[in-house]
Amino acid sequence: MHFEFNVEGGNFSKAGTASSQLKKILKQLNVDPKVIKRVVVALYEAEVNIVAHAFNGIIYIDIDTEKIEIKLIDEGPGIADIELAMQQGYSTASPEVREMGFGAGMGLPNIKNNTDELKVTSEVGKGTTVEMITYLSS
Amino acid sequence: MKVKEVAEKLGLTVISGANGLENEISMGYSSDLLSDVMGSAQSGDIWITLQTHKNVMAIASLKDLSAVILVKGFTPDPDMEEQSNEENIPVLGTTEDTFTINGKLYNLLNQ
Repeated sequence: MHFEFNVEGGNFSKAGTASSQLKKILKQLNVDPKVIKRVVVALYEAEVNIVAHAFNGIIYIDIDTEKIEIKLIDEGPGIADIELAMQQGYSTASPEVREMGFGAGMGLPNIKNNTDELKVTSEVGKGTTVEMITYLSS
Repeated sequence: MKVKEVAEKLGLTVISGANGLENEISMGYSSDLLSDVMGSAQSGDIWITLQTHKNVMAIASLKDLSAVILVKGFTPDPDMEEQSNEENIPVLGTTEDTFTINGKLYNLLNQ
């Protein structure tokens, strides 16, 4: 099964739409609730990262009998130092975004904790790609 | 304990999402950092916060939280209220601060 969602940079009122849709789909597919919880946390954080940092992005989701594969490709400023960005507490979010309670430097660590495989690649001035895989049975 | 019972016992105002008053509360989680809630709250938790925007409901829904309590007389933005009604996740209000309401809630849920 394949799904695609567009994400608009800066539009917080729509943040979480893809995560909410994926949650419904996985429930209908009778996926283990524990797996659903993990995937939803990871996707929500990745979705919010596009909204908070990038201009726009596309989310590609592929589900088969073994795994859920999610790829988020955004056009945006990119990440100069991915290792630093992965550290708990590190954030480059704007003051406005922080006021909303985002940008505490917990997003990427949350993604890491809730996926089985994670790959972040980025080109400064161009954009970031986040690939994550969650297996249906652990 | 149901949301309704907690609202009554702690004198909380039901601001929106009244259809979810029968939701069962497991425990509580207090935080104003959204990713903290996303990473650490458990399903069924009642969430105590001062954040009043729509993303609060997105998280409450994704995490299957039972209700949200807004402290210190804060009121939800109109789109937060709307989503609370759509998702049947009540938003409750109190004039008390986080520390006070947490204490009362903790005692009540651990009775």
